Amino acid sequence: MKLEILKELNAERVARRPAIVITDTANGEQRLVKASDIAADPMRAELAKQLRMGKSGNVEVGGKKLFLNVYAPTAKLVIIGAVHISQALAPMARALDYDVTVVDPRTAFASPERFPDVPLIAEWPDVALPPLNVDHYTAFVAVTHDPKIDDPALLHAFARDCFYIGALGSRKTHAKRVERLRAQGASEADIARIHAPIGLDIGAVSPSEIAVSIMAEITAQLRLPPKEKEQAA
Amino acid sequence: MLNRDEDILKAAEDWQKAGHGVALATVVETWGSAPRPAGSSLVINDDGTFLGSVSGGCVEGAVVTEALDVIASGKPKMLEFGVADETAWNVGLSCGGTIRVFVEKVG
Repeated sequence: MKLEILKELNAERVARRPAIVITDTANGEQRLVKASDIAADPMRAELAKQLRMGKSGNVEVGGKKLFLNVYAPTAKLVIIGAVHISQALAPMARALDYDVTVVDPRTAFASPERFPDVPLIAEWPDVALPPLNVDHYTAFVAVTHDPKIDDPALLHAFARDCFYIGALGSRKTHAKRVERLRAQGASEADIARIHAPIGLDIGAVSPSEIAVSIMAEITAQLRLPPKEKEQAA
Repeated sequence: MLNRDEDILKAAEDWQKAGHGVALATVVETWGSAPRPAGSSLVINDDGTFLGSVSGGCVEGAVVTEALDVIASGKPKMLEFGVADETAWNVGLSCGGTIRVFVEKVG
């Protein structure tokens, strides 16, 4: 790999922008295609497909066998609520290679003693969330049980293209939440994006078990093709 | 999608800048139950220091040896490992899969 390609690739990765490196494995010839340049690329169909799947693989173009290496950003997990579940969820998500941030304006909850080694923001969502750049490669969970904190956070998530939104609460709690969010302008499509009750139904009881069910649901959302996703949900 | 390959690629850039000969080994194809998906990579410098993985640890030693050749020659190489390979007794994949690894010099 030429140093200039490597440098450019690393710069895209730092900026959390996807990129694809195309290699002719017969001779080592290579080029980098940034996500923003895919639409204008002669191989746009193959590149777009590969990026959508987030998967590296081989294609044959004009008799050449090309390897497309997809570099997508590291996933982020934004947790609204420095609660007991989050204490189990944050380290679990880190073990699964997510960059984790916990947001909770209640300083008694958002304390480093409760969350060693996890970036904590003890601010209200309207202050904490904009700098976090919630993007397509972000999973977003709201678990405070407090509408004053969860609702504005969810409205922020709706405005972003995050791949997963989950909110803690029983069906009854969620029904009330849906009414409040609608009243604040959320569309039916927004509401449909919320996974609630949160997590796969594995009979989870303890905070750690609930964290497992949440991470399982996030993993399914990230990895399964759309059809199988519906079956898992 | 969500691997930590940026650390590997960062190391590749840093080592190259520090004056090392560097090679990048990348899984380009897998058949059967291969331990690491296509796109997984391993970076090696001329000290033999490496970071990352292309398998569950079964073939890294052989890849590092080949990578040192690639650093010296500057010519890319395609390696194949699997149980059907004649070197299987030495560095085969115990999982029964087959992988192809592309090794290229950085710089």
